[in-house]
Amino acid sequence: MTALIVDYLPIVVFLGVAAFIGLALLISPFVVAYSSPDPEKLSAYECGFNAFDDARMKFDVRFYLVAILFIIFDLEVAFLFPWAITFGKLGWFGFWSMMVFLGVLTVGYIYEWRKGALEWD
Amino acid sequence: MSIVGLFFYLFAFVLLASAFMVIAARNPVHSVLFLILAFVNAAGLFLILGAEFLAMILVVVYVGAVAVLFLFVVMMLDVDFAELRQGFMQYLPVGAMVGLIFLVELLLVVGAWVTAPNINAAIKAPIPPLSQATNTEAIGLVLYTTYIHYFQLAGIVLLVAMIGAIVLTLRHKPNVKRQNIAAQIARTPADSVEVRKVKSGRGL
Repeated sequence: MTALIVDYLPIVVFLGVAAFIGLALLISPFVVAYSSPDPEKLSAYECGFNAFDDARMKFDVRFYLVAILFIIFDLEVAFLFPWAITFGKLGWFGFWSMMVFLGVLTVGYIYEWRKGALEWD
Repeated sequence: MSIVGLFFYLFAFVLLASAFMVIAARNPVHSVLFLILAFVNAAGLFLILGAEFLAMILVVVYVGAVAVLFLFVVMMLDVDFAELRQGFMQYLPVGAMVGLIFLVELLLVVGAWVTAPNINAAIKAPIPPLSQATNTEAIGLVLYTTYIHYFQLAGIVLLVAMIGAIVLTLRHKPNVKRQNIAAQIARTPADSVEVRKVKSGRGL
Protein backbone atom coordinates (compact mmCIF):
# COMPACT_ATOMS: atom_id res chain seq x y z
CA MET A 1 0.00 0.00 0.00
CA THR A 2 2.60 2.53 1.08
CA ALA A 3 5.03 1.11 -1.48
CA LEU A 4 2.43 1.77 -4.17
CA ILE A 5 2.15 5.40 -3.18
CA VAL A 6 5.91 5.82 -2.93
CA ASP A 7 6.04 4.69 -6.58
CA TYR A 8 4.16 7.85 -7.48
CA LEU A 9 6.69 10.18 -5.85
CA PRO A 10 8.34 11.05 -9.21
CA ILE A 11 4.95 12.22 -10.50
CA VAL A 12 4.54 14.49 -7.47
CA VAL A 13 8.02 15.90 -8.08
CA PHE A 14 7.16 16.35 -11.75
CA LEU A 15 3.92 18.16 -10.89
CA GLY A 16 5.80 20.37 -8.46
CA VAL A 17 8.38 21.35 -11.08
CA ALA A 18 5.64 21.91 -13.68
CA ALA A 19 3.66 24.11 -11.28
CA PHE A 20 6.79 26.09 -10.42
CA ILE A 21 7.73 26.71 -14.06
CA GLY A 22 4.14 27.54 -15.00
CA LEU A 23 3.71 30.02 -12.15
CA ALA A 24 7.14 31.56 -12.77
CA LEU A 25 6.29 32.18 -16.43
CA LEU A 26 2.90 33.55 -15.44
CA ILE A 27 4.11 35.92 -12.74
CA SER A 28 7.49 37.09 -14.02
CA PRO A 29 6.07 39.23 -16.89
CA PHE A 30 4.11 41.26 -14.34
CA VAL A 31 7.36 41.93 -12.48
CA VAL A 32 9.97 42.42 -15.18
CA ALA A 33 8.21 43.26 -18.47
CA TYR A 34 7.74 46.88 -19.60
CA SER A 35 4.07 47.64 -20.14
CA SER A 36 2.26 50.76 -21.37
CA PRO A 37 -1.20 49.73 -22.58
CA ASP A 38 -3.49 51.95 -24.61
CA PRO A 39 -7.00 51.19 -25.96
CA GLU A 40 -5.77 50.43 -29.48
CA LYS A 41 -3.18 47.92 -28.27
CA LEU A 42 -5.71 46.18 -26.07
CA SER A 43 -8.47 45.92 -28.67
CA ALA A 44 -9.09 42.67 -30.54
CA TYR A 45 -7.02 42.51 -33.71
CA GLU A 46 -8.61 40.74 -36.65
CA CYS A 47 -6.39 41.19 -39.72
CA GLY A 48 -6.72 44.93 -39.77
CA PHE A 49 -10.50 45.38 -39.69
CA ASN A 50 -12.90 45.64 -36.77
CA ALA A 51 -14.21 42.33 -35.44
CA PHE A 52 -17.39 41.22 -37.24
CA ASP A 53 -19.08 39.44 -34.34
CA ASP A 54 -18.54 37.56 -31.11
CA ALA A 55 -15.93 34.79 -31.09
CA ARG A 56 -18.21 32.63 -28.91
CA MET A 57 -20.21 31.23 -31.78
CA LYS A 58 -21.75 27.79 -32.14
CA PHE A 59 -19.44 24.97 -33.18
CA ASP A 60 -20.10 22.52 -35.94
CA VAL A 61 -21.73 19.30 -34.69
CA ARG A 62 -19.09 17.29 -36.58
CA PHE A 63 -16.51 18.07 -33.88
CA TYR A 64 -18.86 16.26 -31.51
CA LEU A 65 -18.97 13.20 -33.76
CA VAL A 66 -15.17 13.06 -33.89
CA ALA A 67 -14.97 13.35 -30.09
CA ILE A 68 -17.57 10.63 -29.45
CA LEU A 69 -15.90 8.22 -31.87
CA PHE A 70 -12.61 8.95 -30.10
CA ILE A 71 -14.16 8.13 -26.68
CA ILE A 72 -15.40 4.76 -27.93
CA PHE A 73 -11.98 3.66 -29.13
CA ASP A 74 -10.44 5.16 -25.99
CA LEU A 75 -12.65 2.84 -23.91
CA GLU A 76 -11.71 -0.08 -26.14
CA VAL A 77 -8.05 0.60 -25.33
CA ALA A 78 -8.92 0.89 -21.63
CA PHE A 79 -10.26 -2.68 -21.76
CA LEU A 80 -7.01 -3.84 -23.36
CA PHE A 81 -4.75 -2.86 -20.42
CA PRO A 82 -5.90 -5.44 -17.80
CA TRP A 83 -6.05 -8.04 -20.58
CA ALA A 84 -2.46 -7.34 -21.58
CA ILE A 85 -1.25 -7.62 -17.96
CA THR A 86 -2.98 -10.96 -17.31
CA PHE A 87 -2.46 -12.33 -20.81
CA GLY A 88 -0.32 -15.28 -19.68
CA LYS A 89 -2.80 -16.43 -17.05
CA LEU A 90 -6.03 -16.10 -19.01
CA GLY A 91 -5.53 -18.92 -21.48
CA TRP A 92 -7.32 -19.40 -24.78
CA PHE A 93 -10.76 -18.56 -23.40
CA GLY A 94 -9.64 -15.12 -22.30
CA PHE A 95 -7.83 -14.62 -25.61
CA TRP A 96 -10.90 -15.40 -27.74
CA SER A 97 -13.11 -13.41 -25.40
CA MET A 98 -11.04 -10.31 -26.22
CA MET A 99 -10.94 -11.22 -29.93
CA VAL A 100 -14.76 -11.33 -30.06
CA PHE A 101 -14.88 -7.94 -28.28
CA LEU A 102 -12.43 -6.48 -30.77
CA GLY A 103 -14.37 -8.09 -33.62
CA VAL A 104 -17.61 -6.41 -32.53
CA LEU A 105 -15.87 -3.04 -32.44
CA THR A 106 -14.22 -3.73 -35.79
CA VAL A 107 -17.71 -4.14 -37.25
CA GLY A 108 -18.47 -0.66 -35.94
CA TYR A 109 -15.21 0.65 -37.33
CA ILE A 110 -15.96 -0.72 -40.79
CA TYR A 111 -19.45 0.77 -40.58
CA GLU A 112 -18.08 4.20 -39.70
CA TRP A 113 -15.45 4.00 -42.45
CA ARG A 114 -18.00 2.98 -45.09
CA LYS A 115 -20.43 5.69 -43.97
CA GLY A 116 -17.67 8.27 -44.37
CA ALA A 117 -17.80 9.40 -40.73
CA LEU A 118 -14.02 9.72 -40.75
CA GLU A 119 -14.10 12.23 -43.61
CA TRP A 120 -14.73 15.85 -42.92
CA ASP A 121 -17.31 16.86 -45.54
CA MET B 1 -0.47 13.74 10.20
CA SER B 2 1.22 11.47 7.70
CA ILE B 3 2.15 12.53 4.17
CA VAL B 4 -0.66 10.36 2.76
CA GLY B 5 -3.14 12.07 5.05
CA LEU B 6 -1.85 15.44 3.91
CA PHE B 7 -2.38 14.48 0.26
CA PHE B 8 -5.84 13.12 1.08
CA TYR B 9 -6.92 16.44 2.57
CA LEU B 10 -5.32 18.34 -0.32
CA PHE B 11 -7.14 16.28 -2.97
CA ALA B 12 -10.41 16.25 -1.04
CA PHE B 13 -10.36 20.00 -0.47
CA VAL B 14 -9.53 20.85 -4.09
CA LEU B 15 -12.13 18.31 -5.27
CA LEU B 16 -14.91 19.87 -3.19
CA ALA B 17 -13.87 23.42 -4.05
CA SER B 18 -13.75 22.73 -7.80
CA ALA B 19 -17.03 20.78 -7.65
CA PHE B 20 -18.60 23.84 -6.05
CA MET B 21 -17.07 26.07 -8.73
CA VAL B 22 -18.60 23.82 -11.45
CA ILE B 23 -22.04 25.03 -10.42
CA ALA B 24 -20.97 28.50 -9.29
CA ALA B 25 -18.88 29.61 -12.29
CA ARG B 26 -20.69 32.05 -14.57
CA ASN B 27 -19.03 30.92 -17.79
CA PRO B 28 -19.99 27.33 -18.79
CA VAL B 29 -16.51 26.80 -20.28
CA HIS B 30 -14.97 27.62 -16.90
CA SER B 31 -17.40 25.12 -15.35
CA VAL B 32 -16.05 22.38 -17.61
CA LEU B 33 -12.45 23.30 -16.75
CA PHE B 34 -13.29 23.08 -13.03
CA LEU B 35 -14.92 19.71 -13.75
CA ILE B 36 -11.62 18.53 -15.23
CA LEU B 37 -9.84 19.68 -12.05
CA ALA B 38 -12.41 17.74 -10.00
CA PHE B 39 -11.77 14.59 -12.09
CA VAL B 40 -8.01 14.86 -11.62
CA ASN B 41 -8.38 15.21 -7.88
CA ALA B 42 -10.79 12.29 -7.73
CA ALA B 43 -8.12 10.28 -9.55
CA GLY B 44 -5.68 11.30 -6.82
CA LEU B 45 -8.10 10.05 -4.17
CA PHE B 46 -8.46 6.71 -5.99
CA LEU B 47 -4.69 6.45 -6.07
CA ILE B 48 -4.49 6.93 -2.29
CA LEU B 49 -7.07 4.13 -1.92
CA GLY B 50 -4.79 1.86 -3.97
CA ALA B 51 -7.19 1.73 -6.93
CA GLU B 52 -4.53 2.45 -9.54
CA PHE B 53 -6.50 1.24 -12.55
CA LEU B 54 -9.56 3.35 -11.74
CA ALA B 55 -7.37 6.40 -11.16
CA MET B 56 -5.60 6.07 -14.51
CA ILE B 57 -8.84 5.30 -16.37
CA LEU B 58 -10.40 8.37 -14.79
CA VAL B 59 -7.55 10.48 -16.15
CA VAL B 60 -7.48 8.84 -19.60
CA VAL B 61 -11.20 8.50 -20.25
CA TYR B 62 -12.84 11.27 -18.24
CA VAL B 63 -10.19 13.98 -18.44
CA GLY B 64 -9.00 13.03 -21.92
CA ALA B 65 -12.27 12.34 -23.64
CA VAL B 66 -15.46 13.00 -21.69
CA ALA B 67 -14.36 16.47 -20.58
CA VAL B 68 -13.53 17.36 -24.18
CA LEU B 69 -16.97 16.13 -25.17
CA PHE B 70 -18.55 18.35 -22.48
CA LEU B 71 -16.49 21.24 -23.80
CA PHE B 72 -17.88 20.65 -27.30
CA VAL B 73 -21.43 20.47 -25.95
CA VAL B 74 -20.91 23.73 -24.09
CA MET B 75 -19.47 25.36 -27.19
CA MET B 76 -22.43 24.16 -29.23
CA LEU B 77 -24.73 26.04 -26.90
CA ASP B 78 -25.23 29.67 -27.66
CA VAL B 79 -23.29 31.18 -24.79
CA ASP B 80 -25.42 34.24 -24.45
CA PHE B 81 -25.10 35.17 -20.81
CA ALA B 82 -27.85 37.77 -20.73
CA GLU B 83 -30.31 35.27 -22.16
CA LEU B 84 -29.04 32.47 -19.92
CA ARG B 85 -29.72 34.43 -16.78
CA GLN B 86 -33.10 35.61 -17.98
CA GLY B 87 -35.91 33.85 -16.14
CA PHE B 88 -33.59 32.83 -13.30
CA MET B 89 -35.94 34.25 -10.66
CA GLN B 90 -38.89 32.62 -12.38
CA TYR B 91 -37.40 29.13 -12.10
CA LEU B 92 -35.88 29.70 -8.65
CA PRO B 93 -38.84 28.41 -6.56
CA VAL B 94 -39.19 25.20 -8.59
CA GLY B 95 -35.44 24.62 -8.64
CA ALA B 96 -35.10 25.27 -4.93
CA MET B 97 -37.94 22.84 -4.21
CA VAL B 98 -36.37 20.09 -6.35
CA GLY B 99 -33.04 20.67 -4.62
CA LEU B 100 -34.69 20.52 -1.21
CA ILE B 101 -36.45 17.24 -2.06
CA PHE B 102 -33.15 15.75 -3.24
CA LEU B 103 -31.44 16.87 -0.03
CA VAL B 104 -34.17 15.31 2.14
CA GLU B 105 -34.00 12.08 0.13
CA LEU B 106 -30.22 11.95 0.45
CA LEU B 107 -30.46 12.48 4.22
CA LEU B 108 -33.09 9.74 4.45
CA VAL B 109 -30.89 7.35 2.47
CA VAL B 110 -27.85 8.09 4.62
CA GLY B 111 -29.92 7.87 7.82
CA ALA B 112 -31.42 4.49 6.93
CA TRP B 113 -28.19 2.97 5.59
CA VAL B 114 -27.60 -0.52 6.95
CA THR B 115 -24.89 -2.87 5.71
CA ALA B 116 -25.97 -6.50 5.49
CA PRO B 117 -24.25 -8.40 8.36
CA ASN B 118 -22.56 -11.13 6.30
CA ILE B 119 -21.90 -9.11 3.16
CA ASN B 120 -18.27 -10.20 3.00
CA ALA B 121 -19.33 -13.82 2.47
CA ALA B 122 -21.50 -12.81 -0.49
CA ILE B 123 -18.68 -11.26 -2.54
CA LYS B 124 -18.08 -13.50 -5.54
CA ALA B 125 -14.63 -12.31 -6.54
CA PRO B 126 -12.92 -10.56 -3.61
CA ILE B 127 -10.07 -8.19 -4.44
CA PRO B 128 -6.74 -9.83 -3.61
CA PRO B 129 -4.44 -7.77 -1.38
CA LEU B 130 -2.00 -5.51 -3.19
CA SER B 131 0.95 -7.68 -2.19
CA GLN B 132 -0.47 -10.57 -4.26
CA ALA B 133 -1.75 -8.82 -7.36
CA THR B 134 -2.03 -5.23 -8.52
CA ASN B 135 -5.38 -3.66 -9.02
CA THR B 136 -5.26 -3.91 -12.80
CA GLU B 137 -4.25 -7.56 -12.64
CA ALA B 138 -7.12 -8.37 -10.27
CA ILE B 139 -9.60 -6.87 -12.75
CA GLY B 140 -8.01 -8.67 -15.69
CA LEU B 141 -8.17 -12.05 -13.99
CA VAL B 142 -11.97 -12.00 -13.67
CA LEU B 143 -13.24 -9.61 -16.34
CA TYR B 144 -12.44 -11.62 -19.47
CA THR B 145 -13.36 -15.09 -18.22
CA THR B 146 -15.70 -15.09 -15.21
CA TYR B 147 -17.59 -11.99 -16.28
CA ILE B 148 -17.38 -12.53 -20.04
CA HIS B 149 -21.06 -11.70 -20.54
CA TYR B 150 -20.68 -8.24 -19.06
CA PHE B 151 -17.51 -7.74 -21.06
CA GLN B 152 -19.18 -8.67 -24.35
CA LEU B 153 -22.22 -6.55 -23.43
CA ALA B 154 -19.84 -3.62 -22.96
CA GLY B 155 -18.60 -4.23 -26.51
CA ILE B 156 -22.17 -4.26 -27.83
CA VAL B 157 -22.97 -1.05 -25.94
CA LEU B 158 -19.92 0.62 -27.50
CA LEU B 159 -21.02 -0.57 -30.95
CA VAL B 160 -24.52 0.82 -30.41
CA ALA B 161 -23.05 4.12 -29.20
CA MET B 162 -20.86 4.32 -32.31
CA ILE B 163 -23.73 3.62 -34.70
CA GLY B 164 -26.07 5.92 -32.77
CA ALA B 165 -23.63 8.83 -32.89
CA ILE B 166 -23.13 8.37 -36.64
CA VAL B 167 -26.85 8.05 -37.38
CA LEU B 168 -27.72 11.10 -35.28
CA THR B 169 -25.01 13.55 -36.29
CA LEU B 170 -23.58 12.52 -39.67
CA ARG B 171 -24.93 14.75 -42.43
CA HIS B 172 -22.95 14.77 -45.62
CA LYS B 173 -23.20 17.91 -47.69
CA PRO B 174 -24.43 17.13 -51.20
CA ASN B 175 -22.23 18.04 -54.19
CA VAL B 176 -18.93 17.80 -52.33
CA LYS B 177 -16.17 16.17 -54.35
CA ARG B 178 -14.36 13.60 -52.24
CA GLN B 179 -11.12 11.88 -52.98
CA ASN B 180 -11.56 8.32 -54.25
CA ILE B 181 -8.04 7.02 -54.64
CA ALA B 182 -8.98 3.70 -56.25
CA ALA B 183 -11.07 5.41 -58.93
CA GLN B 184 -8.33 7.97 -59.54
CA ILE B 185 -5.65 5.33 -59.98
CA ALA B 186 -7.89 3.17 -62.16
CA ARG B 187 -8.31 5.95 -64.74
CA THR B 188 -6.61 5.25 -68.05
CA PRO B 189 -5.93 7.64 -70.93
CA ALA B 190 -8.40 5.62 -73.00
CA ASP B 191 -11.44 6.50 -70.87
CA SER B 192 -10.44 9.99 -69.80
CA VAL B 193 -9.07 11.61 -72.98
CA GLU B 194 -11.10 11.96 -76.13
CA VAL B 195 -9.87 13.35 -79.43
CA ARG B 196 -12.46 15.18 -81.51
CA LYS B 197 -12.12 16.70 -84.94
CA VAL B 198 -13.16 20.33 -84.79
CA LYS B 199 -14.26 21.89 -88.00
CA SER B 200 -12.74 25.25 -88.75
CA GLY B 201 -14.92 28.15 -87.62
CA ARG B 202 -17.16 26.04 -85.37
CA GLY B 203 -17.17 24.96 -81.78
CA LEU B 204 -17.96 21.54 -80.48
